[in-house]
Amino acid sequence: MGIVEMAGITKRFPGVLANDQVNLELHKGEIHGLLGENGAGKTTLMNILFGLYQPDAGQILVRSQPVTIASPAAAIHRGIGMVHQHFRLVPPLTVTENIILGLEGRGLLDLKAAERRVQQVAEEYGVQIDPGATVQDLSVGQQQRVEILSSLYRGAEILILDEPTAVLTPQEANSLALSLKKMAEQGKAIVFISHKLEEVMRLTDRVTVLRAGRVVFEALTRDTDKARLAREMIGHDLVALRAEQRNQVLVLAGAKNAAPVEESPAQRATGRVMLETKAVHVNDDRGLPAVRGLSLVLRSGEILGIAGVDGNGQRELAEAIVRLRPLQAGQLVIAKEDASQWGTPDFLRRSTAYIPDDRQNDGLILSFDIARNATLKLFKHRPFSAFGFLNNRAINQFAVELMEDFDVRAPNPFVRARTLSGGNQQKLILARELSQTPRLVIASQPARGLDIGAAAYVHQRLMEERDRGAAILLISTDLDEIMLLSDRILVMYNGRSMGELDAHAANAQTLGLMMAGTPLGDTDGSGGVV
Amino acid sequence: MTTRGQVVLRRSIDWQALGRSTYQAALSVVLSLLIGALLLLVSGQNPVLAFRSLWDGAFGSVDRFTETLVQATPLLLIAISVSLSFRCQIWNIGAEGQVILGGIASIWVALTFSELPPAILLPLTFIGGALAGAVWSLIAGLLKAYAQANEVITTSMLNYIAVYLLAFLVHGPMMDPAGFNFPQSPLIARALELPRLVAGTRLSVSFLIALLMAGAALLYWRTTLGQRTEIVGASRRVARQIGLSVPATIALVSMLTGALAGIAGWGEMFGLHFRLIEEFARGMGSLGIVVALLGELHPLGMVVSAFLFGALVVGGNAMERNAGVPFALVDVIQGCVILLILARGYIFKFRRGAR
Repeated sequence: MGIVEMAGITKRFPGVLANDQVNLELHKGEIHGLLGENGAGKTTLMNILFGLYQPDAGQILVRSQPVTIASPAAAIHRGIGMVHQHFRLVPPLTVTENIILGLEGRGLLDLKAAERRVQQVAEEYGVQIDPGATVQDLSVGQQQRVEILSSLYRGAEILILDEPTAVLTPQEANSLALSLKKMAEQGKAIVFISHKLEEVMRLTDRVTVLRAGRVVFEALTRDTDKARLAREMIGHDLVALRAEQRNQVLVLAGAKNAAPVEESPAQRATGRVMLETKAVHVNDDRGLPAVRGLSLVLRSGEILGIAGVDGNGQRELAEAIVRLRPLQAGQLVIAKEDASQWGTPDFLRRSTAYIPDDRQNDGLILSFDIARNATLKLFKHRPFSAFGFLNNRAINQFAVELMEDFDVRAPNPFVRARTLSGGNQQKLILARELSQTPRLVIASQPARGLDIGAAAYVHQRLMEERDRGAAILLISTDLDEIMLLSDRILVMYNGRSMGELDAHAANAQTLGLMMAGTPLGDTDGSGGVV
Repeated sequence: MTTRGQVVLRRSIDWQALGRSTYQAALSVVLSLLIGALLLLVSGQNPVLAFRSLWDGAFGSVDRFTETLVQATPLLLIAISVSLSFRCQIWNIGAEGQVILGGIASIWVALTFSELPPAILLPLTFIGGALAGAVWSLIAGLLKAYAQANEVITTSMLNYIAVYLLAFLVHGPMMDPAGFNFPQSPLIARALELPRLVAGTRLSVSFLIALLMAGAALLYWRTTLGQRTEIVGASRRVARQIGLSVPATIALVSMLTGALAGIAGWGEMFGLHFRLIEEFARGMGSLGIVVALLGELHPLGMVVSAFLFGALVVGGNAMERNAGVPFALVDVIQGCVILLILARGYIFKFRRGAR
């Protein structure tokens, strides 16, 4: 008998069956891997267990008692804690203050005593943290520890972690793994949501694979292997699929060689330098150095991939290039002009495109319709306006054409961007940015969170732009994406370049080491320096 | 209908949304009136009699009806002014101060350059009023744009300054020397008074100007400037990314907003009072905001709600005189309208999709 049993859980969202008759059993002292691709229904299932959603059908038993979990508060009351991908912490408060938030009780607050208790809990589970530190000064990994401690402090016996390693460096991930093992030893039931096979194999005792909302596989981890899990997760053979996907992209891109014949960037004539950064330094929002002396060169007709774990200065680098963020030092050269002092309008005038990583906040105005989003950068120009008046006819006509050209699926251009799916939102951004045949494209996480079809479309478009002669800077935390698209790969760690590789010579192992902060050359890996 | 390759597209009117806003606005008003009626009952008054005198007071005769329009005039102008900044996410509550400055400046121009021919002087007073309102509003706009000062604080502080500046002027430098020490300025020349729309009433051309401005506001949202206003309002981040200057837009919208409020002050002077008097703008700023919110910041919606509130004010006065019901009841109704409008999302739940 498990401590938690979920039976026949079904959850429907408009147009999507997120969970379909899902059964799941959690046991004390076990780390249970919940594996699946993006959109497979892992997070939905756990949000149901945590009381954030109510299932449309099915039953939940906690300690053999049938229960209705109406809210996260009810979940916590039953000993269920969850650490979300996006932390729910108050940055200016200390670790202790964050942990006891909502548990202050009445009357005077004894922070010293609370701090001691936090310290005690932390030691019990081998979590290293300073209870008096202010959360905004902590690294992402440390903030995650605060979240975990917060659940433990509330007496969680069942701990759900939603893709906990996505934001961590390999070292931090290792330390997390140790803590989790310790917690399991002490009798906690842990759910580890992930789509990374490696760590599921390494860390979990039992694994459940979800695909399209259904449980397709369940086993003790020691009885299975990576290849099997991959097959179950994707429904194909992993290697075959990657090849197929690459092939498909090439076919869609209209490449001469339909077969996945490797094409060296040297064979493709690369043109003049479109973007160059010379030892640039950029600060983050808090004024702390985020990019520390990074140099790169990008030519027309090539894709330079910037790989790295999220939060190593990639966003600041992109924002500095598109002139949303000032340079602290160094020089920025765009199309042979010194761009170090440019403003955003100067950047925009040079036939450039920017695909921001936060498409909902930076890429689109969600309350605007498709037509107005499509012409955000153009509405001041003819034919979209004349003498200061908008020409709605031209705007709408243009939007309809873009929707066709870029496969944005919506009944008409008056649909608000908010109601579009993630894939269609991203296609709309691509449409706006690429329709003006840019010479320089800065693309940040262009396929993040998209389903395979939409992601392949985005990749195809980017490759078309490259083949047309655009210079493309591709910033991504997804190694597969980087390796699929890039001609050269630069790895960023802690604001610095760990080196640059020819995409041919690159392999996941070397890149992984570089992403963890090992400069190229110390990696003992293959791959020549470019 | 369609020619080759050309798709004729027109944004069809979203009847559902229109119906919803109208329904919510109407329901807010009706509920507020009901709450008012309940208060009357509790305090031992006859609500039927009271509302009857309110109705008669607002619509009972040509004279009363025109008076309703007279009251609606500044409210409409202020609402349009406020809607401009609200749609840019500038929470400007300084309309009252801007109206006052508009009044002061326009009267000052009229009295100072009184030897100019009226055909030249009247437009000058208009420009003076609009400009003064714009500058007054720009102070808060610049503070917000370049020093991140909260405009709610700055505009309300500027209101106080304007109120006391007006009091100082009509008690001092601008006081009518032949006015038996009344706190008011001299009258403007007869030739500068705006023509009456209906003889024997107080309704003047300023009402038409307010309607004209509502029309101009409709057009404004179809210009690139209007688009820019809405983009900056919807997302400062996206605005910066597409190369729009957020501070410059805030400053510009502040000026337009202030100019419209200044015009409201000018209209009060040259269409109604013909001289500067103390407290001529009292309470107008907050009432204008209510009108704007009830009209959902849409020019046509605001025409309707300005008319409604004009009627409430005029009818409320009559109710106080004829039925002995304190005018404060009208304030209560106004307060209820604000609360209901702001809380309509919770109160009038419409079926929404999950998530």
